[in-house]
Amino acid sequence: MILQVQEVSIRFGGLQALSNVSFELAPGEIMGLIGPNGAGKTTLFNVVNGVYPPTSGEVIFRDEKITGLHSYEVARRGLARAHQVVRPLNDLTVRENVMVGACFGRERHSLGKAAALADQALAQVGLGDRAGQLAGNLNVAQKKRLEMARALAAHPYLLLLDEVLAGLNPSEITAMVETIRRIRDDGITILMIEHVMQAVMSVSDRIIVLDYGQLIAAGKPEEVAANPQVIEAYLGDPEMTARLMAE
Amino acid sequence: MHNWRQPGFWVSFLLVFLGGLVVLVLRQDTLRETAFTILMFVGLAASLNILMGYTGYVNFGHIVFFGLGGYFGFFLVSELGWPLYVAALGGGVLSAIIAYLIGCAVLRLRGAYFALATIGVNEAARAFVSNFEPFGGATGLYVNFSAYERYGGAGQALWLTFILLWLVALAVVVVSYLVKRSRFGLGLSAIREDEDTAMVMGVNAPMDKTKAFLISAFFPGLIGTLYFFKNGNVEPDDAFRFQMSLEVLVMVMLGGKGLLLGPILGAFAYERLRGYLIVSPIFKNLHLALSGGILLLIVLFVPGGGVGWFRDRFPRLRRWLE
Repeated sequence: MILQVQEVSIRFGGLQALSNVSFELAPGEIMGLIGPNGAGKTTLFNVVNGVYPPTSGEVIFRDEKITGLHSYEVARRGLARAHQVVRPLNDLTVRENVMVGACFGRERHSLGKAAALADQALAQVGLGDRAGQLAGNLNVAQKKRLEMARALAAHPYLLLLDEVLAGLNPSEITAMVETIRRIRDDGITILMIEHVMQAVMSVSDRIIVLDYGQLIAAGKPEEVAANPQVIEAYLGDPEMTARLMAE
Repeated sequence: MHNWRQPGFWVSFLLVFLGGLVVLVLRQDTLRETAFTILMFVGLAASLNILMGYTGYVNFGHIVFFGLGGYFGFFLVSELGWPLYVAALGGGVLSAIIAYLIGCAVLRLRGAYFALATIGVNEAARAFVSNFEPFGGATGLYVNFSAYERYGGAGQALWLTFILLWLVALAVVVVSYLVKRSRFGLGLSAIREDEDTAMVMGVNAPMDKTKAFLISAFFPGLIGTLYFFKNGNVEPDDAFRFQMSLEVLVMVMLGGKGLLLGPILGAFAYERLRGYLIVSPIFKNLHLALSGGILLLIVLFVPGGGVGWFRDRFPRLRRWLE
């Protein structure tokens, strides 16, 4: 297993954001993480990559306990992340943005090597012709691709993608899904939060579902889609939903 | 290293180098005094730029390192009779150590909170030194004239001090450039743009910004020792003038923060302007109000400063205006 999350709980004051979440991720897998708004998906990512230490529980990455490590220490072990709210380093060029990933990620390259890797990663996500521009001048779809390129340039073992499809139009979604598949084919394991159901159902090998900080379902996409608890979380009353679906 | 072929570096370096050289060739005392002040501010502004421009941490307490390092270096050269070179280095090292200690405490603060904390540090340092007997308390220290004798009398010693300051200013330019063009510098830029994202990408932000703070504080310590040695005395109100911190900050903003040439031109322009204002009957009491006004205008209308404005306007000049 490349990632093992064991009974992770986190509490912010009176809010139990995650309670006893456990799952495992095999190398080369694409796992989708879905759930209604406020279910704790992004918080789970924040625990996995060291932004928040969990209140209890363990995170094990490539057989090493990484619970409580700082986010930069986690990054160096080969775990990269693309954010939901794109956060380009606006005053740096697109290439420099990606170089940060290559310089400070798992392989810790020199500047020269990092520039070459950055260009490679930018080509991979289809941003090759923008390398010299300031990152602040990109549009939303391009910024999402920049997030991916930055994460990829670190040559991670595991990539966390937080809603990289949100805000994209259908043709951009198709292109991005293709990119995600290609990344997996290059041997990188992917854990992705996604709201675009059709896309996440088609690209994921397995899906886990969070609701109110609890893991309520896990399995193949079609199993999860048919799970009454999941339908209830998303749509309310399952019987009502079943009736509506039947009509 | 192909990096050394960057014209932008040589523009900045030669500007400072030739400026000092002209003074050495002409050998006029008044010119030397003017140049001394300008080079001092070039060094102070360029070193502040490493923390403020590269890393994005606004420091209102840069002068603390000038004061504390200067006090310590002065103490070494005048009271203990150390050679000036070693004493100046001692001042720089002390400043760097203090920056490290302060950094551990306040660099975890961000934005306005960090800036406020640095104001407190300035006042705390002044209060401490005013009550510290080995440094002469509130009256400060006066130079032991034998310290000048060692360098062939006061006249010669002043020229030596000028040359040393000139070398320090050049060193600040070189170090600024090296930091900017390094992997470390890229990490600092990432911290400036978004510290949390930088950390998620693997930048060890707590360590890297402490390092930047330390480098930024080392040079004011050197410069302070030279300045007080030249003046012949050091006292708390002179060493920890809050307004000087503000002025150095205005210089960085005026020239362009984050750029190599920015603080150099900013220090030169501000110093000339101030020299003019201080002697003009109308403005002599208003020059601080005016620098406040300048700062406001820059922040509102030209956040990139003078050099930054030229870079945006004339992209072809970018290579030259690093």
